[in-house]
Amino acid sequence: MNKKVFPFLGTISGLALTLVASTTHAAYDLNLKAPVTEIATQIYDLHMLIVWVCLAIFVVVFAVMFYSLYKHRKSVGHKAAQFHEHHTLEIIWTIIPALILIVMAVPATKTIFAMKDTSEADMSVKVTGYQWKWEYDYLDKNVKFISNLSTTQDQINNKSEKGENYLLEVDNPMVVPVGKKVRVILTASDVIHAWWVPAFGVKQDAIPGFIKEAWFKADKEGTYRGQCAELCGKAHGYMPIVVEVVSEEKYNTWLAAKAEEAAAGAAGADKEWTKDDLVANGKAVYEKNCAVCHQASGAGLPPAFPAITGGKVTTGPLEGHLDIILNGKNIMPAWKALLNDVEIASVIAYERNALGNSVGDIIQPSAVKAARK
Amino acid sequence: MSTTTAAHHDDHGHESHGHPTGLMRWVKSTNHKDIGTMYLWFSFAMFMFAGALAMGIRAELFQPGLQFVQPDVFNQLTTLHGLIMIFGAIMPAFVGFANWQVPLMIGAPDMAFPRLNNMSFWLLIPAAILLLASFFVPGGAASGGWTMYPPLSVQGGMSVDMSIFALHILGVSSIVGSINIITTIFNMRAPGMTLMKMPMFVWTWLITAYLLIAAMPVLAGALTMLITDRHFGTTFFNAAGGGDPVLFQHVFWFFGHPEVYIMILPAFGILSTIIPTFARKPLFGYASMVYATAAIAVLSFVVWAHHMFTTGMPVAGQLFFMYSTMLISVPTGVKVFNWLATMWKGSMTFETPMLFSVAVVFLFTIGGLTGLVCAILPVDIQLQDTYYVVAHFHYVLFSGAAMSIMGGVYYWLPKWTGHMYDEKLGKWHFWTTTIAFNVTFFPMHFTGLAGMPRRIPDYSQQFAEFNMISSVGAFALGISQLLFLYVVIKCIRGGTKATNQVWEGAHGLEWTVASPAPFHTFETPPQVK
Repeated sequence: MNKKVFPFLGTISGLALTLVASTTHAAYDLNLKAPVTEIATQIYDLHMLIVWVCLAIFVVVFAVMFYSLYKHRKSVGHKAAQFHEHHTLEIIWTIIPALILIVMAVPATKTIFAMKDTSEADMSVKVTGYQWKWEYDYLDKNVKFISNLSTTQDQINNKSEKGENYLLEVDNPMVVPVGKKVRVILTASDVIHAWWVPAFGVKQDAIPGFIKEAWFKADKEGTYRGQCAELCGKAHGYMPIVVEVVSEEKYNTWLAAKAEEAAAGAAGADKEWTKDDLVANGKAVYEKNCAVCHQASGAGLPPAFPAITGGKVTTGPLEGHLDIILNGKNIMPAWKALLNDVEIASVIAYERNALGNSVGDIIQPSAVKAARK
Repeated sequence: MSTTTAAHHDDHGHESHGHPTGLMRWVKSTNHKDIGTMYLWFSFAMFMFAGALAMGIRAELFQPGLQFVQPDVFNQLTTLHGLIMIFGAIMPAFVGFANWQVPLMIGAPDMAFPRLNNMSFWLLIPAAILLLASFFVPGGAASGGWTMYPPLSVQGGMSVDMSIFALHILGVSSIVGSINIITTIFNMRAPGMTLMKMPMFVWTWLITAYLLIAAMPVLAGALTMLITDRHFGTTFFNAAGGGDPVLFQHVFWFFGHPEVYIMILPAFGILSTIIPTFARKPLFGYASMVYATAAIAVLSFVVWAHHMFTTGMPVAGQLFFMYSTMLISVPTGVKVFNWLATMWKGSMTFETPMLFSVAVVFLFTIGGLTGLVCAILPVDIQLQDTYYVVAHFHYVLFSGAAMSIMGGVYYWLPKWTGHMYDEKLGKWHFWTTTIAFNVTFFPMHFTGLAGMPRRIPDYSQQFAEFNMISSVGAFALGISQLLFLYVVIKCIRGGTKATNQVWEGAHGLEWTVASPAPFHTFETPPQVK
């Protein structure tokens, strides 16, 4: 018997060792991400408590079962007893689990109250989910930007080497100061998304038409990554969240730089642009914002996402084209909230005069500005 | 053809009834055994199809990057895998068991409404056609997840409408079937079989049938609101018109959580039948088992919002749903303890049905405990919509429901076919299924904890190793089911002649009739002491 069992145990422990050894290398992560907020730490501890309790229950219960499977077999000549009731036993195994549940419920309840307390925040950021990007709006600071996946299509399509933060990297990360209570106000423009940063212990659905709240206070500087956690359509897997927690100083510098950037963008709206400049500028805007649905080639994905090349709108009257981009239609979002005047004028120029189209006309950013009113 | 049908008549000696033969035997059937057989085959076909979709999912997830399918197709695969497995495979399989076994176990000649019974089966066919055909309409199959949350599902193409109609039809089928089962159980039990003498499988189905009647109309309501939002300008789920997307989730999960128990209670019934047989010992705590089943059924209606912990409910709501969900583990625990006490001091043998049952007790408990982990709201904040949840519900639905169904098939197959199945191959099927299942789904606990969201076609490289292991397990799990098909067909075609009793420790009316069970049984009711 022993001869049979030991090699088996050896294999198991060997496997376990390999597994433990390889956890130093991030690839075999077995547990929740290292927490950097008070709430995430509480969640981590709560999870460990419950896992150990459950494991203990499991081991005890199934030790009994395997003992029985081994001893009470017909092949070893065990004769079946005929009992089929035992009231004391039945009462005990109803009450004991109930008591264990109370032990688990108490700390969980405390954490729930703490999670829900968004009062006395140091700052508020409004986060809006779009198909398939996040918008961050620093309330009262005049800083507002879109955060897109920055992993290249070539990496996704296995045409180039995948980077270290494959699918978990963005062009514009959210930046917050360390040790400050940040209130996150969540909503969405189209479908339900969920804003999730594991290291913060925050996951909150962003629901179109409703405002939901969450908060975090990161205790450690660093870059923390998360993903959308509610199925939101085709590119659900491609809208990561990156939060950089930095010192107060760095945060202020960043804030000033962002505000300057926005001002520069707005200034461009008043100057006269040439067609070539707009088309050249439009390529980047298109590829960042439009290509995910209408494809980089402009072929679209009909019927949901019409083609740009030879499209009814993109080769039709300029006003109609502008209207759809500003105000959206069906799944198409209203871009007036997301892009500035130069960007809108550029992308219109690009869509009409590139991607196989050559309508020839353009619209000036100043006209876009006027059309917003 | 004519000779086989003639031979068939001779077998059963029921020419006087003049039941149809050939294809019409099945199309027009009002016989509970034939209808049960059709349900089981339908369910198996759907199981294989939805399993093939899962193979597509696992092939894409074998490595990071996009290899086989584009993200929109990937979403179609996950959506239809879920819908077809739940509504096409698991639920009809249990109805198949109910059809075959309930009349045999309570000593009734047939179901109470044989023609309705025929209808509830044949309604499955148009529903299945709608679901399968939806892959070929413009835009492809529904891709908003089996839960079909708006506004995403409002964006979808006509395949969403097809899925909604399919679910409406399946709902009608389930309600009709449930009314039939309830009526049969209440009115057609053999003299002397009081409610508290009914076999546990019959009890679990009685309670399941009530759950179905209560839950399916709620689903129909949610889906109807969805379709009017899509096409008729209503705004139930659109904030711009005064609606609320989360309302759908509340209504959906008010159906959805009882649905979970609809898929597991009959499995509990099967376990409670098989374990006493092979332990050669009566079921421990019959009465508490009945009460636990009823308690689970009642509780299942007050826990729904634990699927929605991240929607941002008020604290009071979150606490209520956390506590009520945790409470469910008490009656569920009672069941597990009762099964262990049934095995305790028995005289056990381990034929394939028993192997499946022991494995189900073990693996279902893992699923139950991870369910408790998910019930703890702060922890669920980290786990909701991750692979941890995928692992959890496959431990309850595959190793809970589907493996109970497999155990049940092996258990009653000799009674249905008159032949013993190939025990050696049955055991092979058991071991390959159990091992492959765990290789597939156990690592998902880790990928979920480490932060991999579900329903994504591509993932960051930290999850690559475990995903590869899961995919290898999944392919093995898929192939193992071909062995199941082979064993069943082999058993139908021949094998050792089964006795009436079949299993040494089997008790109950179904074992008093011949094997295979004659076309008509219990035309005069047996007397139960």
